[in-house]
Amino acid sequence: MTAATQSMIEARHTVKAFGQGDHIVRALDDVSITINKGEFFTLLGPSGCGKTTLLRLIAGFEMPTAGHILLDGVDITDLPPNRRPVNTVFQSYALFPHLTVAQNIGFGLEMQGRPRAEVAKTTAEMLALVKLEPMANRKTSQLSGGQQQRVALARALAPKPKVLLLDEPLSALDLKLRKEMQVELKRLQQETGITFVFVTHDQEEALTMSDRIGVMSAGKLQQVGSPKDIYTRPVNRFVASFIGETNFLPATPVAGGLQLGCGAVVEGLTTAKPSVTLTIRPEQIRITPADDAGAIPATVTSLVYFGTDTHCHMALSDGAEVVVRVQSPASGEAGVRTGDSVGLRFQPAAAQVLED
Amino acid sequence: MASEAETRQVAASTRAGWLLSTPALVLLAFGAIGPLLIVVVYSFLLPGKYGNVEWGFSLDAWRGILFTRDIFDDTLVLADAHLSIFWRSVKLSTLTTLFTFAVGFPTAWFIATRPQKQRAFWLFLITIPFWTNLLIRTFAINEIIRSEGLLNTLLLWLGVIDRPLEIIYTDFAVFVGMTYVYLPLMVLPLFAAIDRFDMRLLEAGYDLYASRWQVLRRIILPIVKPGIIAGSILVFVPALGAYVTPRILGGGKQMMIGNFIELQFGQGRNWPLGASLSVTLLVIVTAALLVYVRFANRDREVNHG
Repeated sequence: MTAATQSMIEARHTVKAFGQGDHIVRALDDVSITINKGEFFTLLGPSGCGKTTLLRLIAGFEMPTAGHILLDGVDITDLPPNRRPVNTVFQSYALFPHLTVAQNIGFGLEMQGRPRAEVAKTTAEMLALVKLEPMANRKTSQLSGGQQQRVALARALAPKPKVLLLDEPLSALDLKLRKEMQVELKRLQQETGITFVFVTHDQEEALTMSDRIGVMSAGKLQQVGSPKDIYTRPVNRFVASFIGETNFLPATPVAGGLQLGCGAVVEGLTTAKPSVTLTIRPEQIRITPADDAGAIPATVTSLVYFGTDTHCHMALSDGAEVVVRVQSPASGEAGVRTGDSVGLRFQPAAAQVLED
Repeated sequence: MASEAETRQVAASTRAGWLLSTPALVLLAFGAIGPLLIVVVYSFLLPGKYGNVEWGFSLDAWRGILFTRDIFDDTLVLADAHLSIFWRSVKLSTLTTLFTFAVGFPTAWFIATRPQKQRAFWLFLITIPFWTNLLIRTFAINEIIRSEGLLNTLLLWLGVIDRPLEIIYTDFAVFVGMTYVYLPLMVLPLFAAIDRFDMRLLEAGYDLYASRWQVLRRIILPIVKPGIIAGSILVFVPALGAYVTPRILGGGKQMMIGNFIELQFGQGRNWPLGASLSVTLLVIVTAALLVYVRFANRDREVNHG
């Protein structure tokens, strides 16, 4: 069949500009994106990158300056939020303070004009789903942050929307609770089969939870792909540096490979550009003895202990800095000392050539 | 569970609280309860010939609230005039409360949704009427709506009407005057409530399929209800006992309870009746307040139950 039956949300050349005159800011600059049915899709980027704006356009709180938004093949660009089968979990939760937990959860169904019995039944199901049955008659102000978060989730899921939008919903929780909620969210998404669009600036959250990630910066979509794609095959410098830690090494093409600034040649990589940047993750580099003939010679400048692993900061012969991550051995020593001369090796396939 | 120490601490702070409020309690006893007792006692006495009271127990004053003696055969008949005064007072106060709410709510919403810097300016505008004496402001309204007043002169000159509108000395004039006078008392508590309202709840409402009307009915109004109740009390209570406005804009005929009470202590020379009417007004106000308070607490009780 056509792509329309596969895609749940399609944004076509959407532009959103704020302000007027000389102060126009393009929060979204010609963004086109397709989010598939039943997918856990994450919009990832630093604050101000436009990810929340895109979410608000899908929810209908903002109208695009240009472009279209399709939901399940239907153009919803001009529909107000209360007529879109899309629900939002707000960053602030925005729970209704005058209603009980159960009334909050049933609110959307009631507004849809569902029969009283159905509202009660679905509310009970949702309370069970988020494990809040004992809290049904509490006021939301009597709940903890994590419980409020679950009420917000249940409230947004109760009308069984086609798409659930989540606007940095975990940012107000402490680390432990956040980890729990990440698992919980993933479980809810799998149990309900609803398409989730999740907005976050936390790259780790994005990598662990998503089926696919859209990385945004400066109002533009930089790269869309699976967490593994995004991590191992970043398309540009922004994506490479925003997700995880990485090393950037300037390189120039020579016969048989790319030559680094220190003179070493990485074989098997090519480019059409006169100069490029090679990016290689710290955990992809191995430390070998100084007398290893084929390795890139380096000097250890400092060691930073992180518990499970240790970051070894190295200087190449041209002064370029490289970070190597090694697992901390039982003794707590990384096996090298500051000032040691060593060799560095990595698989050319683990490196990525950035042409920007 | 509160520990014993905590309970003791709470008890101690309660004692300190009572001690601190002693001046207020003394003032209340001499300034409010004392005079009130005198009024209650007077309502059971006989009227003096030239005002004041004669000591002698009588229920005449209380009977006089609703009944009057027929001039010819001395039988008791229902005092239509009194009833119409009560009815007018309750009706005009209720209308004033409703109308000040209808006008005051959008006004308060407008002010509360302005940028922080502009709000002070709009609130300042609302409080300007308080700078001028009520009597002078009421005469100003009189000047506008009387037969040869500003409004009629303007409308006649424009040719909209060919005969002056008879607004002055009607119930409508009193209603207009009271609405003008009490509007700020409605706007200010409403503003305070709307100012605290979390505007993000509007988006949550729309997101959950509520129409604009449903968002107003199901989210905004219930949450700002304390402000609505405070504003309604601040308007309804003084409106019910209004004296200056009905006197000047209602003329001698469109009396409200306040004017009627004044009449008994003045020209009427029937202090006991004035006293019993005052107590009646107090009872009406208290009853209205109880209804309001019940209405205000209803949700809270249900949800905690």
